[in-house]
Amino acid sequence: MTAGTHEAAGADDGRWLRVRDLEIWRGEHCLFEGLDFELAPGQLALLVGPNGAGKTTLLRTVAGLTPPSSGEVSWTSRPVRSLEPEKRTDIAYRGHLDGLKRELTVRENVEFHAALSGITVDTDALLAELGIAHRRDVRVRHLSAGQRRRTALATLRVGGAKLWILDEPMTHLDAAGHTLVAGWIREHVAQGGLAIVATHRPDELASRGTLMIEL
Amino acid sequence: MPTSSAFNAVLSRDLKLSFRRWSELANPLIFFVIVAALFPLALAPDDSSQLTSIGIGVVWVSALLSSLLGLDALFRNDAEDGSLEQLLLSPAPLGIVVIAKIAAHWLVASVPLIVLAPAVGLAFDLPIAAQPTLFAALLLATPTLSVLTALGAALTLGVRSAGSIIGLLVLPLATPLLIFGARATDLAAHGEATAGPLYLLAALAVLAVSVGPVAVAAALRVGVE
Repeated sequence: MTAGTHEAAGADDGRWLRVRDLEIWRGEHCLFEGLDFELAPGQLALLVGPNGAGKTTLLRTVAGLTPPSSGEVSWTSRPVRSLEPEKRTDIAYRGHLDGLKRELTVRENVEFHAALSGITVDTDALLAELGIAHRRDVRVRHLSAGQRRRTALATLRVGGAKLWILDEPMTHLDAAGHTLVAGWIREHVAQGGLAIVATHRPDELASRGTLMIEL
Repeated sequence: MPTSSAFNAVLSRDLKLSFRRWSELANPLIFFVIVAALFPLALAPDDSSQLTSIGIGVVWVSALLSSLLGLDALFRNDAEDGSLEQLLLSPAPLGIVVIAKIAAHWLVASVPLIVLAPAVGLAFDLPIAAQPTLFAALLLATPTLSVLTALGAALTLGVRSAGSIIGLLVLPLATPLLIFGARATDLAAHGEATAGPLYLLAALAVLAVSVGPVAVAAALRVGVE
């Protein structure tokens, strides 16, 4: 276990993320009900299900963006929608939208992200690892979809978040990108992090101990 | 510490974005000048005293209408590219983020308007003595207007074409600004004391800037659900 693990240990007998009896409605349609799961440090959850099953809604609920119709999501025993600011940095969510400003350069986007979370980043090293160092002063709207995705995921590595919530992170990525991101997720989990990933190709990421959530 | 750094980060990002999209910045200003310039053309050409008497009202109404343009984009751009989600999830207090966004918008949209308005006033033969009051009244009224329009933009985040709805929502709330602002300018043009309406504008600005961001933040949280 890493040093970070001890900080909040004991808060919830090792299960940092708890989802209890979750029920979500979209309009007149019940997406799911009675959903329970728990995640401990060093554990990966893969979320699978057909299009429209509610994967994105579930991830947004776990991230605290959408309130559930009933049930609760808690992070180290605190409801996820009322976390203190310092706990807020524990959780990182990357959805379908990349959260990048089209008119800013790659470097400016990454630096803004870091400043917002109150951290400093070695942007050059990070972008080099991503294979987009040569594009760092290019405005994001001139990047390809895959390069945008890489930029959006770049900030995960430096934010120090303990729980990664990723909605189909492999979209638009080439083969090398798949390997890179899958490697990051494995490394994050191996270092005691937690991750929930919605994916259509669970075989890429699954290993022993992976929690499979089927919607 | 994270509060001020988040404020600075959002403010400088939004300023940078505005300067990279010049046309969005210039449109409301051009609209302001054109609307004000249309009035003299529609009035009887032989009687220039008419112009002087409506000048103050025209300047204020066109300033108000032009600042509604493009406000739709204040949060919509961020919502569409996903940055709003990231702002909501960041440890920075959302109220601070909202204040920074409103401040950035005020700096790039309202400050040029405040500078331009006395020139438009001159075109309507507004007395020189009234110019400082027009300037001061706009300086006090525009922050309130920015907060009101931000509230309108945040509340209509889930509405597809929100432009006109923001107008319907915001314009009634903005009438006190119009009344007090035009009144102050009018009093100054007649050489009378203007403190009363200016104090009222200042009081509204304090109210809007202190309470407004909390309301805008709450509206945004609902908007992204």
